[in-house]
Amino acid sequence: MFEDGTIINELFIERLNYFIYVILLLIGLHGMIAKNNLIKKLIGMSIFQTAIILFYVSVGVKEGATIPIYLPEHDPHGSHASHGDENGTDEAVHGPVVLEAGMVKGYANPLPHVLMLTAIVVGVATLGLALALCLRIYQGYGTIEEDEILAKIERQEMRSKPSIIVKSADSSKSKTSGSDKSVSKPKVSSSTSTKRSKARPKAKAKIASTATKAKTSGAKSVSPKPKPAASKSTTTGTKKSPAKPKTAASKSTSKPKPKSRSKPKAKPPARAKATSTAKKATASKPKPRTPKK
Amino acid sequence: MMENAIAWILIFPLFGSVACALLGMGNKKICYPIAVLSMAGSLWGGIETLRQVIASEVHTVSYIFGGWTLDKYPRGVGIEFHADILGILITLVVLGVGFIVAIYSKLPVQDETPNKEPLFYTLFLLQITGLAGICLTGDAFNLYVLIEVAALTGYGLIAMGSNRAAAATFNYVILGTIGASLYLLGVGYIYIKTGTLNMVGIQDVIVANGLADSSTMQVAFVLVGIGILIKMAFFPFHAWLPNAYCNAPTVTSSLLAPLVTKVMIYVMIRMVLSVFGVEFSFESTMWVDVMPWLVVVAIICAAVMALAQREIKRMLAYLIVAEVGYMVGGVWIYNYYGLIGSIFHVISDACMTLCLFLGAGLILRKAKTTHFDGLRGLFSKMPLTMTGFFIGGFSIIGLPPTCGFFSKWYLITGGMVSQRWEYMVVLMFSTMVMVVLFFRLIERIHLAVSESGENLGHGHGDLGLAKEQTRFDEGPLSMLIPLLLAATVVLVVGIYNQDIVNLIEIFLSEFNLPKGEGH
Repeated sequence: MFEDGTIINELFIERLNYFIYVILLLIGLHGMIAKNNLIKKLIGMSIFQTAIILFYVSVGVKEGATIPIYLPEHDPHGSHASHGDENGTDEAVHGPVVLEAGMVKGYANPLPHVLMLTAIVVGVATLGLALALCLRIYQGYGTIEEDEILAKIERQEMRSKPSIIVKSADSSKSKTSGSDKSVSKPKVSSSTSTKRSKARPKAKAKIASTATKAKTSGAKSVSPKPKPAASKSTTTGTKKSPAKPKTAASKSTSKPKPKSRSKPKAKPPARAKATSTAKKATASKPKPRTPKK
Repeated sequence: MMENAIAWILIFPLFGSVACALLGMGNKKICYPIAVLSMAGSLWGGIETLRQVIASEVHTVSYIFGGWTLDKYPRGVGIEFHADILGILITLVVLGVGFIVAIYSKLPVQDETPNKEPLFYTLFLLQITGLAGICLTGDAFNLYVLIEVAALTGYGLIAMGSNRAAAATFNYVILGTIGASLYLLGVGYIYIKTGTLNMVGIQDVIVANGLADSSTMQVAFVLVGIGILIKMAFFPFHAWLPNAYCNAPTVTSSLLAPLVTKVMIYVMIRMVLSVFGVEFSFESTMWVDVMPWLVVVAIICAAVMALAQREIKRMLAYLIVAEVGYMVGGVWIYNYYGLIGSIFHVISDACMTLCLFLGAGLILRKAKTTHFDGLRGLFSKMPLTMTGFFIGGFSIIGLPPTCGFFSKWYLITGGMVSQRWEYMVVLMFSTMVMVVLFFRLIERIHLAVSESGENLGHGHGDLGLAKEQTRFDEGPLSMLIPLLLAATVVLVVGIYNQDIVNLIEIFLSEFNLPKGEGH
């Protein structure tokens, strides 16, 4: 069965349409899964869907056949019918005629193509919705690179976590699970990023103290001067990112990671020391900043 | 009107959604009554259809749109609604959950998505249309379209939450599209081989032409199967579910979590039993050998991940993944009792998940957090809410008066009879994990003050909280009543389990399933 050339013959000549659709399908799948940019993912999605449409359409193709509208010689209303047979006209005009098996050969099966019209509509709806989502994500996070979005989400979670700890003043347990979510507010609007940047300047003095003092209990500020400077530079960096996200594109990706790592170190002192809610809120902030110095 | 009840099931929410979109522009307040009324109408249609299905001799109601007839072989010109007992039972679950959530939605929708009520209710009703349509349609391609209707509206509903929800939705869009497209591809293969898209017609052609060994049909089965597994968040493909459900607005997660995965399990049962047929699905493919082991891995992983969560909604999301494993396993152990358990578990799991998510929504509203650490002493504050919540929890564990016990009973019986010990053991294991999960919650929720005395010494928060806890502080009635209704349904389905199982047995009696060991 598989003598030389048979399989090649089968793949490239007899089954070329399947071959092409599978290649396209895999390209689309690769784009959806491996690409980092959300728009590229969507391009992959479009290719994926188009491959399936191609598959259906190629299935419906029939050599030498035409669209399923009466051929002239079959048309009960057409010129052939009315001119050709005087007796037949009366009967034929009243409605469609059932074609015999032999006559059907001239027509292509319309069903696969009709199905694909629906599938195309579904595809357009999906694409439109996904693009709207991209817009929303871009407004919220200032980027459409997946790893940067994930890093920002992670950072947000780190920040909001201590607020929960404050509420219950619970001991170490809640820290252990890395995948915790901030739940307090289900609708964190896009304004959160700006709010956060506003809140930062106030916190600066305390940040300096908590960051340096790590384990000691005295909450006095130690060396306020060098640190606010350092933190200022970072805050401006993050402040800008929503405003002009393009600059943040590739470089900022590396930054978030050290931040998250530093978290466990900074936390214990924060918790132990915290006596007033205000302090606790600020205590959460040194975490992202410490590694940058 | 009566004979068209099956069409009214979809017409009510479909036209309701259009009304919400149009009338809602003028007056936002009108959307809520429209949603509740159209869900009530739809529920009436569902109950009426159930009555018709039970009354009819063949236990099916077939409704053909557009005046076509299905006499010609292969059956398949024209679009058919085909309601058998399985289909109408799951439809009723969808409509019942939709109705309860519609009542519940009044305040959360106003608060969480202000000024978007018309859009929200439009999507809400379209979601119900899609899900109910999936359960009723008799056409494989229509099923694809309805899956996409349900999915697209689901994306919109989830993305109405935070930015985080939008990011989660994007992943859901990508994975959901892969799943639905693979299903579509599989339908294409089926069409090539059988020349029809009608589900009954496909089954007829497979039997008549002996297509069980056809490699085209094998490929179709794999494509359809994997597509559905992605859509139902079966373990390796579950990545989209937890983030999407726990970041979504309260009403969205209460609607989607009980329904979407369950309806997709219905699709799998439909494909396995009615479309491909028992002989093809279980005898000609390798799935019977492979799937139970995948289920074992799925349940263990999902249960362990649920154990690691410190937040109610996220924990529930992983529980859903584990429950999906139960139901898939119930199908693929290839046993009569396993399938009864699986179908019954679809019903009971929808009820109890609804109960839990409604409870979580109320907790979120009152305690402002669903993180475990914020729950201390909630029971004395909102006893009714917590009772409702824990009835759902007990049902997930499988304590006797609740419906979860009976469905798990049948699943375990199925595992025992078919001698799939691995499935049985993993069910026991996950039951124990759920005991740990919920009793850990109960402990926290009943404790009035922090367990560690040193925290009290600091004096912030906790003491103040303890004082407040003596006050009764239940959620608003429009949210509390649906929760208690859902809790009642969990108990009622449990108490009347025999009636439901009788119906399921009528449905399964037409299939040749092994009741004893081996296959």
